[in-house]
Amino acid sequence: MTDFLNLLVSGVALGAQYSLVALGFVVIYRATGVINFAQGGFCVLGAYLAYNFHNTWGVPFYLALVLTALAGAGVGALVDVTVLRRFVGQPPFVVIMLTIGLLILIEQIVPSVWGADPLPLGDPWGLRTVSPGGVDIKVSDLWTVGIVAVVLAGFFAFFRFSRMGVAMRATAVDLEAAMAQGIPAHRVYRVSWSIAGLVAALAGLTLAAGGGGVRLDIELVALTAFPVIILGGLDSPGGAVAGGLLIGVAQVMSGKYQPEHATWLGQGFPIVMPYVVMIIVLLVRPYGLFGQRKVRRI
Amino acid sequence: MEATRGGDDGAVRAPAEAPILQVSNLAVAYNESVLALRAVSLSVPAGAVVALLGANGAGKTTLLRAVSGLLGVHGGTVRQGAITFDGEPIGQAAPAAIVKRGMAQVMEGRRIFGELSVEENLRAGAFTRRDRSGVRDAYDRVMEMFPVLAERRRSQAGLMSGGEQQMLAIGRALMAAPRLLLLDEPSLGLAPLVVQQIGEVIAEINRGGVSVLLVEQNANMALGLAHHGYVLETGRIAKSGTAADLRADSDIQEYYLGAGGGDGARRSFRDLKGYRRRTRWSA
Repeated sequence: MTDFLNLLVSGVALGAQYSLVALGFVVIYRATGVINFAQGGFCVLGAYLAYNFHNTWGVPFYLALVLTALAGAGVGALVDVTVLRRFVGQPPFVVIMLTIGLLILIEQIVPSVWGADPLPLGDPWGLRTVSPGGVDIKVSDLWTVGIVAVVLAGFFAFFRFSRMGVAMRATAVDLEAAMAQGIPAHRVYRVSWSIAGLVAALAGLTLAAGGGGVRLDIELVALTAFPVIILGGLDSPGGAVAGGLLIGVAQVMSGKYQPEHATWLGQGFPIVMPYVVMIIVLLVRPYGLFGQRKVRRI
Repeated sequence: MEATRGGDDGAVRAPAEAPILQVSNLAVAYNESVLALRAVSLSVPAGAVVALLGANGAGKTTLLRAVSGLLGVHGGTVRQGAITFDGEPIGQAAPAAIVKRGMAQVMEGRRIFGELSVEENLRAGAFTRRDRSGVRDAYDRVMEMFPVLAERRRSQAGLMSGGEQQMLAIGRALMAAPRLLLLDEPSLGLAPLVVQQIGEVIAEINRGGVSVLLVEQNANMALGLAHHGYVLETGRIAKSGTAADLRADSDIQEYYLGAGGGDGARRSFRDLKGYRRRTRWSA
């Protein structure tokens, strides 16, 4: 039982990271109708920026954490202003190719600046664990869940209560009608990219913490976040969170139990697991767990 | 804000002199090739209701897009002419800047934000405003004007009936506290009784001092409300005059008000073509 609880906690922590990355996808998709392939790149960049703040410039870790989030938002806004702004109104295909180009760019820039070897983040959490009631929990997992919970609460409050948040949801429904209300589309895009950059940077940081290390393959998290968003529904932030947790837990559980009970599935099954879950869910609900079939009165 | 506030009888609605909106010699093309408007001039006196009539494809919506700065979304450009709002040119202004100056629009087909609640739709309408108390006042006024919306504040806007959605669309535009309200076919697809309600609402808004440019195919309703009217045909102003003059015009009666000819006989298509020719020359 404690084994199961251990796995549950680390599954939730992993799922929380997926949720963050998936949220970044959802925000961009809702604003621009495009899947941002550079999201994984933003995660990597976030991890390396955190390394720089904490190790190179000696900023205390928790302050570095905040600075990383802000820097991530800045990177998102910068990408929007310098590159994507010029392609508003182009077919989605063009913008998707652009984001792929961005990803390749980041993949090349990062090792040329920081080198190709993994770097230690030097977070205060390390590999430490706490054991309330005999359940071993990694401190970094606890922090990850906490950070994600705070970010999610802020995220949903922003879209529910703030002027800009409501305006962004309105824009997602009907761009022209939103413009007719005086909502400037370019600001909606900029804020969307900032949010995507912020959540990605935090995801990258938490992935590098807890002994993970600052490394290039952090970007692979975006690959697993794909089934998460498809599963949750591309346009549903709530779905991104639910899908993230579901897949995180499923992946950790299958990592433990599959080699014991279903050896015939072979090695490396946990990597495939998210896609299996995705396919099963899509068979039942083709628009994802929380994706909306459009409600429209004609 | 203080425009012509008539007596309580509501019949006194004499428009003031200075135009709040002036469109002169406007030509608009889509995709650099299709001319949708050719040399259109029109003015909305402050405090007045002006009707813009015309068939499908005449260019009514294009004119509204040009005025509200939304042409770019559809690949349209102003080829010539000028638009001034309150004496200042707004031809090159962004939609947000135009809304901020006091012009709001109710788009054709209502275009409410279906996934958002009624309340959130209204908040989106007040996006350009920073004064919280002013926004709250506007919100209270909209709720007072449309009791239906007050009842359904928290429900999803897309699930309401067509008439309720039209009320919401008008309420949303009012949240910006406009001095000029553009309405694009507010009667479209609504039951006669609801059309009548909408008409009363427009009159009430106008009595509150808001100038109105009302684009309609329902000429009966529009000329009943307006002081002045224009008839747009294939991108030109074919006729203009006071609402009473237009109502009395035999062509208008026949082709827009749906009354039969003087002899009561049904006219043939040839007569229609003759009318087109006449109006083209008169334009």
